[in-house]
Amino acid sequence: MKTVIIDYGSGNLRSAEKSFERALKDGGLKGSVELTNDANIVRSADRIVLPGVGAFKDCRDGLRAIPDMWETLNEQVVQGGKPFLGICVGMQLMATRGLEGEETQGFGWIKGDVCKIEPNDAELKIPHMGWNTLDVEQSHQVLEGIETGQNGLHAYFVHSYHLAPLNASEKIATADYAQDVTAIVARDNMIGTQFHPEKSQKLGLALISNFLKWMP
Amino acid sequence: MLKARIIPCLDVKDGRVVKGTNFVDLRDAGDPVQIAKAYDAAGADELCFLDITASHEDRAIIFDVVRETAEQCFMPLTVGGGVRCVDDVRKLLLAGADKISINTSAVKNPELIKETSDKFGSQCIVVAIDAKTVSAPDEQPRWEIFTHGGREKTGIDAVEFARKVVSLGAGEILLTSMDRDGTGQGFNIALTRAITDAVRVPVIASGGVGTLDHLVEGVKSGHATGVLAASIFHFGTYTIKEAKTYMASKGVPVRLD
Repeated sequence: MKTVIIDYGSGNLRSAEKSFERALKDGGLKGSVELTNDANIVRSADRIVLPGVGAFKDCRDGLRAIPDMWETLNEQVVQGGKPFLGICVGMQLMATRGLEGEETQGFGWIKGDVCKIEPNDAELKIPHMGWNTLDVEQSHQVLEGIETGQNGLHAYFVHSYHLAPLNASEKIATADYAQDVTAIVARDNMIGTQFHPEKSQKLGLALISNFLKWMP
Repeated sequence: MLKARIIPCLDVKDGRVVKGTNFVDLRDAGDPVQIAKAYDAAGADELCFLDITASHEDRAIIFDVVRETAEQCFMPLTVGGGVRCVDDVRKLLLAGADKISINTSAVKNPELIKETSDKFGSQCIVVAIDAKTVSAPDEQPRWEIFTHGGREKTGIDAVEFARKVVSLGAGEILLTSMDRDGTGQGFNIALTRAITDAVRVPVIASGGVGTLDHLVEGVKSGHATGVLAASIFHFGTYTIKEAKTYMASKGVPVRLD
């Protein structure tokens, strides 16, 4: 099983790569992890991970700057049905549109916009930065065995925008920040996390391991 | 609910931790990577490296330290010290840092905050503010920015400066009280509160932690979203777990995963 992490110049991916390697090892799974910016290698992969930090438009532009990558992702994820994980802005890119700065088109896999978070408490800081628990809206295999809810495990978030899915069934989990912040979205063979599983210690490694075992 | 962050900070010089630590079971107590792993296992919420290497030529060593740490610790890592230009930020991010803390250069060249936050996103640009009380005891309190590890006075008002760097794109403020740093007398709460009230971004309180009550005060009275400490953790006075358990008992929400 080959998992590729798409490297399009958005931050350092060494942690992400190492966390997937650790999850493979801890889960007793066979397989490899590869960082790539080559659309052909994405075609040959079994699982695809799209990370992303920074602004929506910069990430989209970075991804589109790689020859054939945008089209390949659409083809491999939507038509090919390969298990896909989007992380942070990589998750936001699954949306129809991003509203950070100027309006920018995303993949449109999850219908909805990426809009600024607006907690109903003026004391709360933006970005939503730090460790928060997850409240599950729909059960999903990537959350199997992970304690959720107020007394559950924590995920590491750092963001000022979030994806608001139009279809409630695609919202898998939220985090409470004086508003429901979308934490996980999913549809068919696709899943996206607003938080960083590769920085989320116990919860993160468990989620990555579940993703690697997931047979959608 | 978002939890208050407990952040141990390591001073690193020429690739070695300088103040030393008292961790048991470490083969090399001066190795920042081993200490980072120990804090990762102990449940620290984030880790901060401050590179105090004097000569510019030797500063490349920190990249290896960051690289190795990021490969072994699955927690957020902030790196600061001697960051002067966009390329310094890029190199540290590429080595594996999640956030870069900018101190002296934010004062000398505030445009660097705008350039780097535009380029890499506000989420990874932290401005480290070192502030000292400049008002007399009977006056309305005022604090000014000091640079070069607190040695150089700038005459810039700390609250104004905090507002300015946030407007330029800083995503977080790491606030150190130079009056309290190293004293063990607790955070400067009035200063912390003045800054947290002035900006919308998260503020990490630093400087002066000597007891666990100080950590509680930083969050409850100072309204900091994170608390940074060095010696109480490094010298084993308290473990991260003890600190968090105590904070939780005082009603501060913390992560005990």
